[in-house]
Amino acid sequence: MSPSGFNRHGVWAIYRFEMARFLRTLLQSVLTPVITTALFVVVFGAAIGSRMTEVDGVSYGAFIVPGLIMLSLFTESISNASFGIHFPKFTGTIFEILSAPVAAFEIVLGYVGAAATKSVLLGLIILATASLLVPITILHPFWMITFMVLTAVTFSLFGFIVGIWAKNWEQMQLIPMLIVTPLTFLGGAFYSIDMLPPAWRTVTLFNPVVYLISGFRWSFYGKSDVGVDVSLGMTLVFMLLCLGAIAWIFRTGYRLKN
Amino acid sequence: MPGVISISNLTKTYATGQHALKNVSLEIRAGEIFALLGPNGAGKTTLISIVCGIVVPTSGVVRVAGHDIQREYRAARAMIGLVPQELAIEAFETVRATAAFSRGLFGRAPDAAHVERVLRDLSLWDRRNDVTMTLSGGMKRRVMIAKALAHEPRILFLDEPTAGVDVELRRDMWALVRRLRDQGVTIILTTHYIDEAEEMADRIGVVNHGELIVVEDKAVLMKKLGKRQLTLTLQEPLAAVPAELADWQLALNADGHELQFTFDAALEQTGVAALLRRLEQLGICYRDLNTRESSLEEIFVSLVGRGARQ
Repeated sequence: MSPSGFNRHGVWAIYRFEMARFLRTLLQSVLTPVITTALFVVVFGAAIGSRMTEVDGVSYGAFIVPGLIMLSLFTESISNASFGIHFPKFTGTIFEILSAPVAAFEIVLGYVGAAATKSVLLGLIILATASLLVPITILHPFWMITFMVLTAVTFSLFGFIVGIWAKNWEQMQLIPMLIVTPLTFLGGAFYSIDMLPPAWRTVTLFNPVVYLISGFRWSFYGKSDVGVDVSLGMTLVFMLLCLGAIAWIFRTGYRLKN
Repeated sequence: MPGVISISNLTKTYATGQHALKNVSLEIRAGEIFALLGPNGAGKTTLISIVCGIVVPTSGVVRVAGHDIQREYRAARAMIGLVPQELAIEAFETVRATAAFSRGLFGRAPDAAHVERVLRDLSLWDRRNDVTMTLSGGMKRRVMIAKALAHEPRILFLDEPTAGVDVELRRDMWALVRRLRDQGVTIILTTHYIDEAEEMADRIGVVNHGELIVVEDKAVLMKKLGKRQLTLTLQEPLAAVPAELADWQLALNADGHELQFTFDAALEQTGVAALLRRLEQLGICYRDLNTRESSLEEIFVSLVGRGARQ
């Protein structure tokens, strides 16, 4: 490693360490979200879907699949990344990361890269599972993957922040439970926001998750609640906000160094 | 010549207002074993943590082999291995994987042979595939050292390496430290076991209340500050120290069977000869006599005690 160069061995060490953790807990990491999603598709798709007309020309069971994948991407990205950085803080092994010749962005690359990788893999597994249960078409595969990767990275960044911010395990659960899950359920995962009364539609547009789900669903069925460019823009804005927060954390040592 | 670690005017005030370090300056020489002594809370760990990049200094400059620890942290940190006081290792990883992880983290390409050498040196090779949480406390301590040595550091910090460690591991550790020194590794250890510093160190620094009170070669420190003590075992016990011997400020011990005289070995006239002549004049006979140097522990207590009174 040159004195000022990129510490690729360091990044790789962190990335591989995190992926090893994922593989150790493979069963629970994959099985839980897959089963949950399958239940949603079956229960909502079959029970409610049979009483509903198609949404935007898509059967209800198929309509909710992109939203469900997004829901898993959000929660898994946050929990993976927050756990990854919170655990060393909790056990004290963080001292080694802080004393190593790795730059802040390299630490983030290792942890967030691994968390995002896991989420994308999981998203693809859920997609494969769902496609066994309901007919799914993907009109824009490139954009589907792009939205998936961008969302996984963005929420992993967000999870990384949560993991550093949280003082204990309880606080770690707080953000996903109190903010992300409600926003997702109200963000059009299970309905098109066109189905809402006009007043509520306007309120919903303040929910950033709406844009993420809408763009992702467009890549499947070519129909969206808001413009795809707006969706992409919102994702990028959120990502930049997270990057800014992380840069601030490392510059000030907030809850990392004293 | 500046040392391999050059610390100047280092100050640390924690957010709580605690002054952990007050204007500390120190040069560590390449290849030496330097022991930092001091009571709990004196600032030893803060000093180490700043050099290693875990704690941000309030002011002051630290250079490691000429590299500023903040601006050129990559070059500085790549040279350093740290074994902290607290046992903290990745619980679910194997011994070998966790050592290999540390090597990578510090920017070194994988080298299975080196990791194997380090694990063998620390008697960990047989346990290489064990998950670290199944190891005993002493074994975990060895793993911490293996991790710190995995990237072939030129400077090794050992923060209380033998606290709560059994005799065997303690001896192993000392042997390892000597071996590393022979390879040219600079070693800085903190301890509050003074016999450890006495046994191992080339130089000693004493920290108290965030200040570096003394930095000195061990031999010089012991000579300069050491007192000698003469003990006379008497044939007949004395009820009290005779008034004629008041000049020597003797202590009477062991039910009047022992007279003790403490003197400064560095002085030209120690007073020993005069004392012995006077005893003869007074007809006080002694069976045996011996002298001994005060230990580093006594020196340390007197230094820290003096600091506390100021």
